[in-house]
Amino acid sequence: MEFLNYFDNVFTVYHIALLVGGTFAGIILGALPGLSPTMSVALLIPFTFHMKPESGLILLGAMYTATVAGGAISAILVNVPGAPANIATALDGHKMAQNGKAKNALHYCFISSFVGGIFGVFILIFFTPPLAALSLKFMSTEMFWVAILGITIIATLDSKSVIKGLLSGLFGLMLATIGEHPTNAVERFVFTDHLESGVHIVVGLIGLFAMPQVWNLLENFYAKKNRVFSATGDATLIQSFKLVFSKLKALSIGSIIGSIIGIIPGAGGQIAGIVAYDQSKKVSSNRENYGKGEPEAIIAAESANNSMVGPSLIPLLTLSIPGSPTAAVLLGGLLIHGIFPGHDIFTKNPEVIWTFIDSLIIAQILMLIIGLFLSRHSKWIMKVPDNYMAVGILLLAVFGTYSIQNNYSDVLIMFTLGTLMYFGSKAGFSPVPVVLGLILGTMTEEKFLLGNLIGNAKGSSFQHFTSGTINIVLISLCIASIVYGVYSSRKSKKIKA
Amino acid sequence: MKIINITKVALLAVASMMLLPAQADYPEKPIGVMVAYGPGGATDFQARIATLASGKEALIGQPIYILNKPGAGGRTGWNWFAGEASQDGYMLGAYNVPHFIAQSIVFDTKYNINNLEPLGNWGADPAVLIVGKDSPFNTVGELLAHAEANPGAVTISGAGKFVGHHIAFLQFAKASGANLTYIPASGGVDALRMVKAGETVAGFNNLSDSARSAADLKILAVADLTRHAYLPDVPTLMESGVDVDDSSVNFRGLMVPSGTPQDVVDYLASKVPAMFNDKKTQGKMKSTNSPSRVMSRDEVITMWNERQAYLTELLAGLK
Repeated sequence: MEFLNYFDNVFTVYHIALLVGGTFAGIILGALPGLSPTMSVALLIPFTFHMKPESGLILLGAMYTATVAGGAISAILVNVPGAPANIATALDGHKMAQNGKAKNALHYCFISSFVGGIFGVFILIFFTPPLAALSLKFMSTEMFWVAILGITIIATLDSKSVIKGLLSGLFGLMLATIGEHPTNAVERFVFTDHLESGVHIVVGLIGLFAMPQVWNLLENFYAKKNRVFSATGDATLIQSFKLVFSKLKALSIGSIIGSIIGIIPGAGGQIAGIVAYDQSKKVSSNRENYGKGEPEAIIAAESANNSMVGPSLIPLLTLSIPGSPTAAVLLGGLLIHGIFPGHDIFTKNPEVIWTFIDSLIIAQILMLIIGLFLSRHSKWIMKVPDNYMAVGILLLAVFGTYSIQNNYSDVLIMFTLGTLMYFGSKAGFSPVPVVLGLILGTMTEEKFLLGNLIGNAKGSSFQHFTSGTINIVLISLCIASIVYGVYSSRKSKKIKA
Repeated sequence: MKIINITKVALLAVASMMLLPAQADYPEKPIGVMVAYGPGGATDFQARIATLASGKEALIGQPIYILNKPGAGGRTGWNWFAGEASQDGYMLGAYNVPHFIAQSIVFDTKYNINNLEPLGNWGADPAVLIVGKDSPFNTVGELLAHAEANPGAVTISGAGKFVGHHIAFLQFAKASGANLTYIPASGGVDALRMVKAGETVAGFNNLSDSARSAADLKILAVADLTRHAYLPDVPTLMESGVDVDDSSVNFRGLMVPSGTPQDVVDYLASKVPAMFNDKKTQGKMKSTNSPSRVMSRDEVITMWNERQAYLTELLAGLK
């Protein structure tokens, strides 16, 4: 219970001010497309340069925690996920907002983020040594199968038909192959210099979600179909808490899946959110309502992407292996302050590390309070007329896209993808499988090529990919996921017929 | 006659006014440094530390800000720097040798050592040969003996293709004559993970990062001409009987694109090494485990030319 001894370091006026400021700014930044958790933490690191190590880390930790939750606000209110981790939240969250229940959706989102987040930090506090050892067991082949598991659910996520889902997923996978080949550094499909660095995941995310939304809003505006929101929800805080805690199944599936994915090197919230969404859908008694504004879906996705935060620090702190893209940036933040990850980090720098972990708990609480407070004002955003909203999203999308790599080409890619997606959505295609194809395609290809090189050196690549307990478990999950997908789509066809 | 003279004088005066002040007053606004890698990485945070003291009057006299342009292993940023960056001394770039030189040899890039002007070098991070802590190998000799008995089975990870680690691997494979397999991970951190997890048999990685992780690794040798102060007990590859020099050492420093006025280049070249040598900067380099090596513009020019000649030969068969 050593962590209890360092709370008084957190409760200084300076540190609490940093926490409140960092959490508030994090929620707002997280809600802006482009300023993903990774980007926000990266931008903040130079600001911590002149701070004491524990103060710098407290600010970075608060930012990490809050941006992950903040990304859900724009996902729910305007159907533009703030970060790849919030894609699954947009599916049902925005439907709820359209049904006049934006405030309820935001309540569920922040309460489940809080539960998941606290769960994750406690995993970090109590299970670091065994989980660090487990995280080392996830190698290229295991990560390849995790990515394949993600791919098995692409087709059934938010698509009118399986064929359309598969086609859009395939399009995403193809986008992922543009740019540098992962292992021999040769350029592929780079017929213009603008494609030199490939399609960045967040650029794809903004283009595919934000741009169609801009065109749709303008279309509505000129067709004089201005949407009128009579309500943004009537839930009281107590009702919302009661509802979230009555969905224990979704809450625990989200928290556990998020924690497991957190310790897998490099996977992160973008995968945690969709896998938790999909798993909770499979076991839910309300599965017919998924995609139509089901609170359970939001609860599973948001508890997962926040419970990922704590465990993603386990391999980072003990092995200097980041558990998520944001943790990778945080590594730079640790090194700048002369905190070197290692098994002895808790004995060598107890002051700094325990203060940091304790501050993560406080950051979760502040995130809940500030988030719930902001939810009350969601009607301000919902009441913005379509034309203003379109211009606002457009400005943020351009600004957010450019700021990722300070690259004008990214803005062009974002516009192109967005316009294609607008016409695609008219034909019944969804952006969700495309973005997932882009995210998972990059991971699948890289891990396959690396695993294949290593497997061939060992004698048999096939054997390399199919041996080992974790590999076998993951392959079984992939098969189960495909079988279940086929079975359930047949069943729903029969019902319709 | 008179009129013509007056016009001539006026024209000359205008011309000289346009030319001179721009350089005489340099620098009169903050200066950017383009980093071809993302924020939070080693090159990024070292660039921020190395330029901390730029605001001092005796040094550059203007603050420096960092502009990250990551992508395609650094190619996106450097292509932009050589092709589009302003040539007025207000946009500097951070270089990584041997990375950018190797890329300019292998790929069709807009940059090469002939269109970039170095200003000074701040750091040098040698590659080290590492194995996991549970590995049966304790010396370079044992690793090579295993490679001899099992051709191709010894996998060695590094941070991608045509970076320092890859150059070290190519030199090591060539000098030892062993049949080894290079595993190009998606970055130094993932390459290090592969060695710690036992996924690859060995790896070449940054001395600074490996020295920090000494509890999870065995460091067999340093790919440099001399032993390193951080690891006094670890031999060089040459001492271990493999003829590998310091061509893979990751040098980091600042440069400007060719076309920058010569007196701006001279001004920066006289100030930049002093900025790197600032006491607070050096303290920060040390506390973050970043190996410092300050070199002047002339020393860097020599080093670039040596690398260019050597890498052209080493990479000849790999285009």
